[in-house]
Amino acid sequence: MADTIFMALGTIAVLSAIFCISQRNALAAAIWLVVTMLSLAGMYLILGAPFIAAIQVLVYTGAIMVLFIFVIMLLNLGEGVSDIRGPGAKALAVILGVGTATFLLRLAGYDPARLAFEVTGGTDLPPAAVFETAELARRSAEGQGVVGAIAGPLFSTYLVPFEVTSLLLLAAIVGAVVLAKRRI
Amino acid sequence: MLLGPALAFSALLFSIGVVGVLIRRNAIVLFMCIELMLNAVNLTFVALAQYHGVGGQLMVFFVMAVAAAEAAVGLAIILAVFRHTTSVDLKTNTLLQG
Repeated sequence: MADTIFMALGTIAVLSAIFCISQRNALAAAIWLVVTMLSLAGMYLILGAPFIAAIQVLVYTGAIMVLFIFVIMLLNLGEGVSDIRGPGAKALAVILGVGTATFLLRLAGYDPARLAFEVTGGTDLPPAAVFETAELARRSAEGQGVVGAIAGPLFSTYLVPFEVTSLLLLAAIVGAVVLAKRRI
Repeated sequence: MLLGPALAFSALLFSIGVVGVLIRRNAIVLFMCIELMLNAVNLTFVALAQYHGVGGQLMVFFVMAVAAAEAAVGLAIILAVFRHTTSVDLKTNTLLQG
């Protein structure tokens, strides 16, 4: 059941991504991208990451895409001339895209057993024995809840990157204000 | 659990983002395609976090923070460029092309 929903959501995500890049209207493209991001949130839910699914909806669809739509409306980008490049560039782009896809789609052949085989360098251990940390994380998530299991490592192992993120966001706020203001 | 399909979907989404960056000339749509590629990579992180533990999910958290910062600064730059040339079409904004 969960597998079927996952496949359906993935198909929706891929189709709306294709619509997003082929829509001539910038606002329609933004709305299709919102559909992609919402179905990705559903996929995260099925993959066992409910916290990431929640912040995907809050941050990506709620904040970043609203910012995009604000700017599109501020610049008044209506139905103008098509901004899609000519047939030559389009054909080249599709060839490059298909090449990237065939290269990356080799990843689709991975299952837990093969992943465990390659991570250990060719020993036939069962995946559960190789990926002990995931099992531990799952057990601690049962004990302290989904958010607790993420907050623990975030404020211990990953404390320095977390604090650096706050500096990055401060710099981004100041930079955005300086760039967007006419006169400072 | 669902490792192969998740990686396949993320590969497809990433390639669609690449094609989008190459065929569009509108700077805002270009930015949206970059967000699409970031989302594809996030899907890979979450899929592999099932086996590697919670570190992959934390990486997604950081990617989202960086994407938010990038979107804010990038859109401010687009606004400034639009105010200067009254266009966000990359065909007309070729001052740095030499």
